[in-house]
Amino acid sequence: MGILDKHHVLEKNVTLLAIFAFLVVTIGGLVQIAPLFWLENTIEDVEGMRPYTPLELAGKDIYIREGCYVCHSQMIRPMRDEVERYGHYSLAAESQYDHPFQWGSKRTGPDLARVGLRYSDEWHVDHLRDPQSVVPESVMPKYGFLEDRMIEGKYIEDRLKTDRFVGVPYTDEMVENALADFKAQADPDSDYDGLIERYGETVQVRNFDGAAGISEADALIAYLQMLGTLVDFSTFTPVASR
Amino acid sequence: MVKKPEKQQGDPDTTGHEWDGIEEFNNPLPRWWLWTFYATIVWGIGYTIAYPAWPGISSATAGVMGWSTRANVAADISQAEAANADINARLAAVELTEISTDPELAGYATSAGAAVFKTWCAQCHGSGAAGAKGYPNLLDNDWLWGGDIEAIHATVAHGIRNEEDDDARYSEMPAFGEMLEKEEITAVTNYVMSLSGTPQDASQVEAGQVVYVDNCASCHGDEGLGDRDQGAPNLADAIWLYGGDYDTVLETVTYSRFGVMPPWTERLTEAEIRAVSAYVHQLGGGE
Repeated sequence: MGILDKHHVLEKNVTLLAIFAFLVVTIGGLVQIAPLFWLENTIEDVEGMRPYTPLELAGKDIYIREGCYVCHSQMIRPMRDEVERYGHYSLAAESQYDHPFQWGSKRTGPDLARVGLRYSDEWHVDHLRDPQSVVPESVMPKYGFLEDRMIEGKYIEDRLKTDRFVGVPYTDEMVENALADFKAQADPDSDYDGLIERYGETVQVRNFDGAAGISEADALIAYLQMLGTLVDFSTFTPVASR
Repeated sequence: MVKKPEKQQGDPDTTGHEWDGIEEFNNPLPRWWLWTFYATIVWGIGYTIAYPAWPGISSATAGVMGWSTRANVAADISQAEAANADINARLAAVELTEISTDPELAGYATSAGAAVFKTWCAQCHGSGAAGAKGYPNLLDNDWLWGGDIEAIHATVAHGIRNEEDDDARYSEMPAFGEMLEKEEITAVTNYVMSLSGTPQDASQVEAGQVVYVDNCASCHGDEGLGDRDQGAPNLADAIWLYGGDYDTVLETVTYSRFGVMPPWTERLTEAEIRAVSAYVHQLGGGE
């Protein structure tokens, strides 16, 4: 057995034991932790991906609060049936600004990774109020109360800062104008040029729930209508080895 | 010190460890188990060589098998497309009215169209195409813009009242709340209800007819039979898109409606649009 017989030397010498234990833990730690520092290389360069607007971010928080992820995934797997039903398979880049990501594997309802712009805002309002009115076989609960809960975006600037802290590239300008952008996106009569300038042409400015004021339904629908619409797939060439 | 017990017959060997006179029996794992375990380790290492696995500085190892989920899904899709290429080309080229007379084409279009319908149409029109409030039922023979295959095809291709497609079907009923007096609106609501059933207040029907002739008949027709050229619904058939009760009709007259359907030319191929048109056409109401 040779070397294996010598392990009693380690077991009987506490200094040696400490040194060797440290070495083993170091190797284990490196294997687990080191790849995280090169995580960037798992994310492809794609055009169009941007941080979420303040209103979309508020909608995302409502999405998480209401537990939408319990029944809806946000990741289209690279398989023919998925691609034909939901659209282009999801890319890592598309969820790079999600903290936490919403991939999921539980699908009581359909995948929502590309639900954006697939239905009208009115459809979303009807569907949130009473899902069975548009999808009779649905088991989704009603979320009509979101329309009655108005939000002011009081902490939206801090919310952007928090995401910036964990790596979302919000600029100082985006953070400073968070509240203004938050309000502008839900009001098509507002001056939203700054919002478009900061976040790009893919920002949708509408009165999402069709009612006055900014409700949680506005934020949630703004978020849903954005999902999967950001990346410009006309300029995307998949790397075959992924 | 406790006396060391004698080794009993049948006892396994000891490991050679001894502390304070206590020895440890050596009960080795069954050989088959141990070798299976070693084999899984070897398999695991081989697997990471064969398939993409080890992370590097700028990318991960690609694996010697050249396996790629993305290439697989692309191959799957192009294979399915190639298999249906001939019949899709035929479907896209044939006269729309001839689809139903060619059994092979009709069978293909109906089943392909059902798949398109379930993916793109069912969310609004319902998985059984029975529609919902504000979303037309496609099973009956009441059509807003026409129910022959050409009309259905045009509706699917260009949509209704959307801003993306210049050829979208477009019409807009005025919101009469801004144009008529309150009494006139209640009267015409009662008249419209009387066309297909019982008005809420029969005494107002006569006055309502006057309002109707002046304001509504130009689109909905003198007898309320509608006009498909303008997408004006038939008001005399007791089929309601938004509801036929007093409150709903009053709301429709006052605020008007503005149902939107997206165009599908950008998202679907011509063969898919034709397939789903043929599917809808054969559901029951096709003309």
